[in-house]
Amino acid sequence: MAGSPKNPQIDILRSPLGRARGLGSARAGAAHWWMQRITSIALVPLTLWFLCAMVRMIGATRDDVVSWMAGPLPVVLMIALVIATFHHLQAGLQVVIEDYVTNDALRIGSILLVKGLSLLLALACIVSVLKLGL
Amino acid sequence: MRDVRDALMVARNTDGKLIRRPLSPHLQVYRWPVSMALSIAHRVTGVGLGVGTMLLTWWLVAAAVSDEAFSGVQWFLATPIGLLVLLGWTVALFFHFFAGLRHLVWDAGHGFEQPWYDRSAWAVVIATGVATLLLWITGLAVW
Repeated sequence: MAGSPKNPQIDILRSPLGRARGLGSARAGAAHWWMQRITSIALVPLTLWFLCAMVRMIGATRDDVVSWMAGPLPVVLMIALVIATFHHLQAGLQVVIEDYVTNDALRIGSILLVKGLSLLLALACIVSVLKLGL
Repeated sequence: MRDVRDALMVARNTDGKLIRRPLSPHLQVYRWPVSMALSIAHRVTGVGLGVGTMLLTWWLVAAAVSDEAFSGVQWFLATPIGLLVLLGWTVALFFHFFAGLRHLVWDAGHGFEQPWYDRSAWAVVIATGVATLLLWITGLAVW
């Protein structure tokens, strides 16, 4: 710890600039934030399309889904939705984990778990859509 | 000091003396303005929608695998528990959608001034309610 509350001390021999260069937004810090905005903008029209599509799939049989996925448009839009959704999800969950989990091992471990699971779920969705549409 | 982040808790005052930076008070100290409730709800619905992506994955994978698997999902979604999950999912989606639009307006540098800060918060709440209601009326009519 940085000394007692009454008597604080600094024992890291590194300048504030040196610390800033290795941490935070000094290099590619804005990329994470920016990708989260880009995916959220993409998800505005994609989500509206998805909801309209899902209302038409209420009570649908598998044949209905297959004939819906026969055209290229639903396949392309669904894959775009899946990519944007899971990218947005892992970016958002990473920030939530970074904010609340202070233990290093637990934090890094849970971020890796979230990213790995997001990637696997996204791949499962994409492969399924391609299998239906191709 | 073992953790680099601890260094950020220590600073010098104007006399050059090392001090511990004061911590801000925590959640229970504040009253609950609508914006704070929305900010927390935005995170909660975001995490909830993350869980909801498993439903989307299940639905798509089942459709790709077999007739039985797909009719299994469709059967579950029509049960009372399935409908409750779908209701929670649509509320969370619409809320995160509209609150997200509010965030994008902020990112563009607008909407921080009162009364628009609070008005946009209530607009998000109302839009979520109206959109959810419209979707479910349409959905139940189609079903």
